[in-house]
Amino acid sequence: MATMIKLPETIEDTVVNLLRLANTKLPVDIGWALESAAMWERNPIAYSQMGAIMDNVKKAEVLGRPMCQDTGIPIFYVRGRFDSTIAGDIERGVARATREIPMRPNTVDPITRKNPGNNLGKGMPIIHYIPTDDDFTEITVVLKGAGSENMTHLAMLNPADGVEGIEKFVVDTVLDAGGRPCPPGIVGVGIGGTSDECVAMAKRALLRKLDEENPDPELQKMEEELFIKLNSSGLGPMGLGGDTTVLAVKINTAYCHTASLPVAVNIGCWATRRASVRITDGGVEYAQGVTL
Amino acid sequence: MRTVRVPMSRDTAESLKLGEVISITGTVITGRDEMHMRAIEYTDEGKPVPKEINNSVLYHCGPIMVREGDKWKVIAAGPTTSARMNKLEPEIIRRFSIRAIIGKGGMSQEVLDAMKEVGCVYLAATGGTAVSLAEGLSRVTGVEWEDLGMAEAMWKFSAENLGPLIVAMDAHGNSLYEDVRKNLVRD
Repeated sequence: MATMIKLPETIEDTVVNLLRLANTKLPVDIGWALESAAMWERNPIAYSQMGAIMDNVKKAEVLGRPMCQDTGIPIFYVRGRFDSTIAGDIERGVARATREIPMRPNTVDPITRKNPGNNLGKGMPIIHYIPTDDDFTEITVVLKGAGSENMTHLAMLNPADGVEGIEKFVVDTVLDAGGRPCPPGIVGVGIGGTSDECVAMAKRALLRKLDEENPDPELQKMEEELFIKLNSSGLGPMGLGGDTTVLAVKINTAYCHTASLPVAVNIGCWATRRASVRITDGGVEYAQGVTL
Repeated sequence: MRTVRVPMSRDTAESLKLGEVISITGTVITGRDEMHMRAIEYTDEGKPVPKEINNSVLYHCGPIMVREGDKWKVIAAGPTTSARMNKLEPEIIRRFSIRAIIGKGGMSQEVLDAMKEVGCVYLAATGGTAVSLAEGLSRVTGVEWEDLGMAEAMWKFSAENLGPLIVAMDAHGNSLYEDVRKNLVRD
């Protein structure tokens, strides 16, 4: 999968390439998950929806066009070694990618709804920083469209609600969302932390490759249980009925206050567009799934 | 796959069966939150609105468009989440006798009631299939209310076999979404 491209490529160029990759090529693990789910799908309408999705994925890749018109809000994760100038590089990359790919100008002032036309503006794009001692700079992006992002929920459960309460909240959130977040997608779940960290963990869970097991066996079991429950619900692709409601459930946890049990759900649509790049002294290497 | 031509008569809309797969040929306009709000606001104030809204096929879509010379080209044009327009849609359907709505995710009981009253269907396009759907919208005939921005403006297309679209809410008060919702297994 990975291709080495020799420098000189500026970080701004790299960000444009990263956004182009995320927009035009569905991560291979998600493509595989769709293909294999379609093999088991018994509902003819559901099967036709998945056929239309795979057809579209191929066309987008061949034509080099964004697979979905909602090119979303890009959320960046910068890890490794970097300095403060990287924020400016990313901003310039987003503005250029908006023109060149093109991406739809989605960002607006929340009150006046004024659109600057370049996917920037106060607080945009969103960049999370994870400094480490590694000898690379890694930039990961996930594009979140509003259909799925609008279905995000946080519950501050009581500790007594336990695993049963957690699972009920996840199932209800996904099923009540219905066809709105473009199922079948990925269910990102955050458990623990504080309210803000819990929602951030749920979103980070969407970055993980679908075929990678959770390193914690208990969480892996919970992911499998929720996967079976949700796919037995009958909601189906686009909420039109069927056997395929989710492609994966991914859980992240953190310790929390003894009196708290925060749970967050962040749904990724079938087109959970993610891409990563590692910049080293030797070159630039692209990939489409990371564990953060 | 049946091709339905626009302008669509009330009889045609009422003849479409739940679960049927169709495509649309003829004029299609786009409209999202802002277009709905403005259409209501302007008619309330007695200001003119684009005539294409009347009896239209209204696509819940905010496409990616690029300008090439004096022409617009469509790059990607999949459906947006229709439920966001639940509050505004009954009024739009009644005021403008909308014949068909294209979107994703379905709409509320209030919308279904208005659809039945007027003779309107809801057609489900597959969410996220923006490149495939753009193929059916290659003829761009104009844009209104461009000041609302690319996603929210009212784009006008001469559609050719836009689809596949599933009749997911018919003109007689039936909804596939409601059937699925009633039978959901939660444990």
